[in-house]
Amino acid sequence: MTGVPVSWYLILSAVLFVLGVAGFLFRRNIITLFMSIELMLNAVNLSFVTFSYEHKQVDGHLFTFFVMVVAAAEAAVGLAIILTVFKNRNTLNVDDVNSMKL
Amino acid sequence: MDVILFLAFAAIAVVCAVNVVVQTHPISSALSLVGVMGALAMLYLSLGAEFIAMAQVIVYAGAIMVLFIFVIMLLNAGAEVKRGKSLAAQLLGVPVFFGLLSLLSFAVLRLFPHAATVHLGGFTGGSARDVGHALFTRYLLPFEVTSLLILIAIIGAVVLAMKEMD
Repeated sequence: MTGVPVSWYLILSAVLFVLGVAGFLFRRNIITLFMSIELMLNAVNLSFVTFSYEHKQVDGHLFTFFVMVVAAAEAAVGLAIILTVFKNRNTLNVDDVNSMKL
Repeated sequence: MDVILFLAFAAIAVVCAVNVVVQTHPISSALSLVGVMGALAMLYLSLGAEFIAMAQVIVYAGAIMVLFIFVIMLLNAGAEVKRGKSLAAQLLGVPVFFGLLSLLSFAVLRLFPHAATVHLGGFTGGSARDVGHALFTRYLLPFEVTSLLILIAIIGAVVLAMKEMD
């Protein structure tokens, strides 16, 4: 029975991570930037689960679980910040949010 | 069989991830991101991570993405307007992208040349029972600290929303 090499999973994780980095750098919409960060977190989660498989230990799953919890907390606070920014400046373009004080 | 499953879901994940980056409307990006998360949940299942796959679907594709879509609808976010791009970004963007990708792939292939192969049922220690046991014994302190973090996040979100109302 032929299986999939572990390195394929890790390369898929690398591809997703690099796409997340590209989205974070290229896009100007603050919500899309946030989604690129989530994409990078997902890519890292895939490597954690893959390493967990390779070492036949459950620890990687727990790291993934904690990353998910932190991502949820980050999404709640980050989206609240985005709402406040939009209320104050009336824009979602990060190029227009270039000063600390209005 | 394993190879076909992996290739199918890896292709879905990569296509959806590219779509997240190239779509100009945030709703399209958000729906593509749900596709990435669903495909990743299937890959987690193939790696024997049953609990994580379910948590991925419920927490990521369910809770977090619904929050994103609510905010997009609330702010009535439209398509992104194109601005003048810098010359350096146009010239260096794609080469740097592929450079980083090949560097990461090179490191992976160099570090794991004869690594094990993944087949269905090769690792059965990822059920809710095993994860829960490890979570409440060895990882009890991180678990409690995480609950504190969530409490702080709730208070922070409420404070930010209250400031908005004044």
